[in-house]
Amino acid sequence: MGKPSTRMRNVWRGGELFVWMTASGVAISLLMVAGMLVLIMINGLGQFWPRALQQVTLNTQETVIGQLVGEETIPHSMTTGAQSGQRRFRYRVGNRDQFGAEYRWINEAEIASMTFPDDLTLVERREWGLAFGRISLAGEGVAAAHADESTWQTVVKLVDRANQLRQRIEHLEREEIGSINYRIEKARLARQALVLKGGLDPAIADADRRLVDDIAALERDYLSKSEALEQLHKEASQDALLFTISTGRSVRLSLDQIVAVSRPNAMNWLEKLGAYVRNLWFFVSSEPREANTEGGIFPAIFGTVLMVFLMTLAVMPFGVMAAVYLREYAKQGPLVRLVRIAVNNLAGVPSIVFGVFGLAFFVYALGGSIDQILFPEALPNPTFGTGGILWASLTLALLTVPVVIVATEEGLSAVPRDFREGSVGLGATKFETIRHVILPCALPGILTGLILAMARAAGEVAPLMLTGVVKLAPALPLDEYLPFLHLERKFMHLGFHIYDVGFQSPNVEAAKPMVYMTTLILILVVVLLNLAAVMLRNRLRKRFATSAV
Amino acid sequence: MEVRSDRMAAMSPMVSLRPPVSPSRLVPSPRTIESPVQAKISVRDLDFFYGHRQALFHVGLTVRSHSVTAFIGPSGCGKSTLLRCLNRMNDLVEGARAVGRVELDGVDIYEAAIDVTDLRKRVGMVFQKSNPFPKSIYDNVAYGPRLHGTKDKRSLDELVQHSLQGAGLWDEVKDRLQHSAVGLSGGQQQRLCIARALAVQPEVILMDEPCSALDPIATGKIEELIYRLKETYTVVIVTHNMQQAARVSDQCGFFLMGELVEFGDTKTIFTTPRDKRTEDYITGRFG
Repeated sequence: MGKPSTRMRNVWRGGELFVWMTASGVAISLLMVAGMLVLIMINGLGQFWPRALQQVTLNTQETVIGQLVGEETIPHSMTTGAQSGQRRFRYRVGNRDQFGAEYRWINEAEIASMTFPDDLTLVERREWGLAFGRISLAGEGVAAAHADESTWQTVVKLVDRANQLRQRIEHLEREEIGSINYRIEKARLARQALVLKGGLDPAIADADRRLVDDIAALERDYLSKSEALEQLHKEASQDALLFTISTGRSVRLSLDQIVAVSRPNAMNWLEKLGAYVRNLWFFVSSEPREANTEGGIFPAIFGTVLMVFLMTLAVMPFGVMAAVYLREYAKQGPLVRLVRIAVNNLAGVPSIVFGVFGLAFFVYALGGSIDQILFPEALPNPTFGTGGILWASLTLALLTVPVVIVATEEGLSAVPRDFREGSVGLGATKFETIRHVILPCALPGILTGLILAMARAAGEVAPLMLTGVVKLAPALPLDEYLPFLHLERKFMHLGFHIYDVGFQSPNVEAAKPMVYMTTLILILVVVLLNLAAVMLRNRLRKRFATSAV
Repeated sequence: MEVRSDRMAAMSPMVSLRPPVSPSRLVPSPRTIESPVQAKISVRDLDFFYGHRQALFHVGLTVRSHSVTAFIGPSGCGKSTLLRCLNRMNDLVEGARAVGRVELDGVDIYEAAIDVTDLRKRVGMVFQKSNPFPKSIYDNVAYGPRLHGTKDKRSLDELVQHSLQGAGLWDEVKDRLQHSAVGLSGGQQQRLCIARALAVQPEVILMDEPCSALDPIATGKIEELIYRLKETYTVVIVTHNMQQAARVSDQCGFFLMGELVEFGDTKTIFTTPRDKRTEDYITGRFG
């Protein structure tokens, strides 16, 4: 009777069980994180692999062409007795403009045959998403009765040419016409400023006349450019594909609407791998199309990183200075304790509250005043008086300042008293001691604060929605026009992109992989930013190691 | 700012046979130079409080110029507190308060007009635990001079070399001045701290149990160093180790519970102490 219970007691006292419990805590956390990452990666990274195109013939002789994306047992509520236990397949059939829906369920029992013909073609369009079918005719006036290998070569060449044309069109639109528009707008604002200056000063009238001439010249320039643009558009749209979709119907696809064509069934795996890498690169480096559900997410990546940098620039000096005062100068007493509690609680305020504050204070009050004083010529159009990357960054800086203060204070208090005394004993003032000894030693702690702040800021969405994030920004906040960094511009953000694509887009189902992929990129961005800060911290730690003896 | 150091010195129990030290290192008070006994520091009727707790009671003593003065006594007797009063390091402790006079070359250092950083430049300090900054050896020694305005690379180099030589560390570290000071051994670190204190060219060096964390060999080196230092500086040392006090010091003060029990020539204190408590402590009957 006594023996087993003593043994149990000894097991308990030995701590074996406790070790298992603690270890399983770690294991469960790791599993959850790893599981989430794997889920995101499978769902996100899978979408770029070229999927096979199936041609399914139904018992009704109807033909369906599509990609198999899922299967399930038919739910009970939807089955009649005979069907119970049967499976059904989910196909992405594309051709949204023709069928109205992107996806279609097909019961297993309805299927007569399934084939994977090599000539099935996938067309990625600029509008209406994917089209699946067969190319029957290509080029202008090309009279080919049957689609053969040479037709396919022609198609590939035509699509390449169309893409080159589109690049030229974009260049013309964006760079040349964009810069003319920019200069016209500048001149217009300059005129407006002259009007505001008022008076009948001949010098002003003279300047005004010169501006009018400038604008006229620019507008002539614009006209000639837009003619060239018109020409290019015409050239781009003269070629077309005749495309037969699964119903047997022929559709005319203008080549300037086509982004890419491919025949996944005819690809070997090396070609598929090439296509995969191309798709992935396209995704991270290009701009979104089709209400963000297609194309890439480059502006969102750029906006996220830039915003985090701006936030860091804003939050670090303030947070560190506040912490130095609280820890080094302020007389430790109930008041300082109260301030500290308040700061800690600030970190717990819901982020949307910061968003509302940012909107009211930064955007309306501060931005509005800046507009009144510095940009009166643009009014009533706001310059800084509307959401922008600067206000969003400052709002996030406000949100993360408690984190920086707390971490910095901890870093400061970890600096041994001996260092302070050593420095003061050599005749250093308190300021000199803080500057030359304490702050360098506390740097690793300060950087820990930075890391936490960055992680928090990069993942925050709610306050941004009020202070400057948009679903589609017309231009990046960084470009070639002076002053290069346009802090007043609205920007795109990965976190908001996830919300927008996943829940606000017209084609939620087709956008699902995009959501996973965007999530993955956001995680990657946060990890990379943190890794950079951690590496910096480790280097500093080595340099300011306090004891090796 | 009255100068009463000579009178104080005359009243103190010991008589120095030393000739007056070279005037170059002394403060330009003509009356001190005339005096046969050089009183560097005079503590007069000093009471010291940490908040409400009194740590020193009516302490009075005189530290001779260019000598080594040791404070001994059991833990918590106030010897470190007194030492830290001499360069006002106690100012860093919140609620600490000193009543009485501490004169350096006849000037009360607790006066309002005193520049504390200047005082600490003149009265350097070496701590119980070696505390080199996490910088290179060179930067550690150059820290003080840089603060006090030496910018020139050549004179800094010279000063660093001179200070390291003064602390007997030059030969061991001259090839790795740019290495981190944290990589030195405990004894080397302590000598580096002494070199760092020497680099600001002080007049007095206070040492707060400088050898308590060191092995006997490192301790020996530091003791030799202290013996040499008194040629140029005035040294005040706090120690737990009575043999050390007997070996290195010229004068010695025995503290007990915040009181200065006895103060005088080391030889006298260790051979014929006047107070029974001193005798008990020295002979190891308590403490």
